[in-house]
Amino acid sequence: MLKIENLTANVGEKAILKGISLSVNPGEVHAIMGPNGSGKSTLAQVIAGHPGYEVTGGTVTYDGQDLLEMDAEVRAQQGIFLAFQYPVEIPGVSNAYFLRAAYNEIRKARGEEEVDPMEFLDIMAKKLKVVEMDEAMLQRSVNAGFSGGEKKRNEILQMAVLEPKLAVLDETDSGLDIDALRIVAEGVNKLKRPDNATIVVTHYQRLLNYIVPDFVHVLAQGRIVRSGGKELALELEEKGYDWLLEPAGASA
Amino acid sequence: MSAHSNYRELFDTAKRGGAKDWLPHLKIAAIEQFEAVGFPTTRDEDWHFTSVTPIAERTFRPARSSGTTLTAEDIARFTYGQEDWHLLVFVNGRYEPALSSFATLDAEVQVMTFGEALKEAPELLAERLGTLAPAQQAFTALNTAFMADGVVIHVPKGVALEAPIHILYVTDAQASGASLHPRTLVIAERSAQATLIETFTTLGGGAYFTNHVAEVVVGDNARVDHYKVQREGAEAFHVGTTQATQGRDSIYHAFTFTTGAQLSRTNVYSKLLGTNAEVRLNGLYSLEEAQHADNQTFVEHIAPACSSREVYKGILDGSSHGVFNGKVYVDPQAQQTDGKQTNHTLLIGDAARVDTKPQLEIFADDVKCTHGATVGRLDELAQFYMKSRGIGAERTRALLTYAFAAEVLELIELEPLKLALEGLLFERFIPPEPV
Repeated sequence: MLKIENLTANVGEKAILKGISLSVNPGEVHAIMGPNGSGKSTLAQVIAGHPGYEVTGGTVTYDGQDLLEMDAEVRAQQGIFLAFQYPVEIPGVSNAYFLRAAYNEIRKARGEEEVDPMEFLDIMAKKLKVVEMDEAMLQRSVNAGFSGGEKKRNEILQMAVLEPKLAVLDETDSGLDIDALRIVAEGVNKLKRPDNATIVVTHYQRLLNYIVPDFVHVLAQGRIVRSGGKELALELEEKGYDWLLEPAGASA
Repeated sequence: MSAHSNYRELFDTAKRGGAKDWLPHLKIAAIEQFEAVGFPTTRDEDWHFTSVTPIAERTFRPARSSGTTLTAEDIARFTYGQEDWHLLVFVNGRYEPALSSFATLDAEVQVMTFGEALKEAPELLAERLGTLAPAQQAFTALNTAFMADGVVIHVPKGVALEAPIHILYVTDAQASGASLHPRTLVIAERSAQATLIETFTTLGGGAYFTNHVAEVVVGDNARVDHYKVQREGAEAFHVGTTQATQGRDSIYHAFTFTTGAQLSRTNVYSKLLGTNAEVRLNGLYSLEEAQHADNQTFVEHIAPACSSREVYKGILDGSSHGVFNGKVYVDPQAQQTDGKQTNHTLLIGDAARVDTKPQLEIFADDVKCTHGATVGRLDELAQFYMKSRGIGAERTRALLTYAFAAEVLELIELEPLKLALEGLLFERFIPPEPV
């Protein structure tokens, strides 16, 4: 589904990603872990098409197409979804309008008919349950004045509505208390299907107690320094990242 | 012959019979004042960014009052769907009772045209009219000299007017080339409450000139909410001045919505005369093509412990030009003044331009006064966020532009008006959905 080969990317003059290779197949859950500043969030944003990062080398193929050639909205229409680490507040646009606009764009791209506001409300009623959100949230402006937990739940609500093929969760666990973490993680699990895939970017192992990964990759200084199964996350929890950093530093 | 001597001539040929002595007197003093000061130029500090040459170089004769052919159906689109509001309709400057409608008014509340007020409450009118608005300003003087009709609203002590009063000024083709000088006088006595909406619009009016003045007396502990919706025609000119005075513990909230006229200037001034008064002056201007709109506010903190808040936002498309000048004066006696002013402008058009100028004159030492202005383009991160949900670039820009405007509309507490103005902006910025 997603094949990243030797990807390098910069912010301004600064190299952040220094050669990432990663393959993700349908049905898989990949966890990307690593210390602060390792490039995990950059990788997530580059996949989604953030204009602030410049890809300087390598390839990213998504469903056989060149992902890097697509604008951010086209990627989303093709089934890529990024749950933001810091969801953006958009005062003045209601959550309901925003979600329906996005939903209809994606349906249009799939050659499906658009839905009207009434039909959409019916769809929403089901989706709200996935993240245990109240209907009143739909009338509020997108993320405006939301608590940290509400913002993250709203990201997962969007994911539930848009039904992506490839979801990238960027530090979705940061700033969440244990109840919010459980709700968000259960939401993600409910949305899991054999034909979609998830990349979970996280600093801590605790989210992976809820969303169990098939593969764990450790990113450090812009490179994947180790890959393994879910037991790697537990090892990291115990030992921290330091034991992995030195070999990466030495080889640099 | 200069433009202002033309107005003198027009003034001299007008009949002013029937009125009590004080009114012709007031008008004569006003035309003399107008002659003395003339139209402002960009050399005047208050008009530095706005040239009124297009108004000054021609002579707009006062609109003639002839019967209108407009029907209730024609004006229905301007009434925000509110049948239980009091509605006063002026067509080409003339009051049209057949198009106006009043819900039941509290017996003590007076809502009158000038004509009625001269009969029913001449003392009130004589005592108050022209005492608030800055007569030394050319446009105010011109309004006073030529005002033909207007509205007087008198809310007695302790009375809260339930339904808002909507004054709708509409022009049609007959108004082309004419000037209109509507006048509003609002007196809210102690602990009274009223909501007033003034809408300026047109049905094919061409190049007319509206020169409006409103005077608002907000008594002790009284509250007045005052909305101005300026949707004049694309060729029209609009100058308006609202002057409020506020007593102790009073509240005055004004909102100015501007999408109309090729050239407009809207002044909203409040004088805080009693302690602990609160004033809110907010506004939105959304311009396109070569429109020019200038908003000036002036808050005079005379009494201590008053608060003033101002939020003005602008969206400038095409080669439009927006001006915001927020003046705040804090008198030496006005300790514990709490003032905050912001002006945010979104530039969409490549040739659009904004001039924003806060002006703070503070003569007291225990005050909190801040101001902030931003001028910018749409937020990159917000654009990426929307696109990352599949929303196309064009619709993203449209939605964020709408959102920028809608945010300031949130300050409108009159829900039906807020929804109506949101609807107008939505249509303006968001491409229709395919059916």
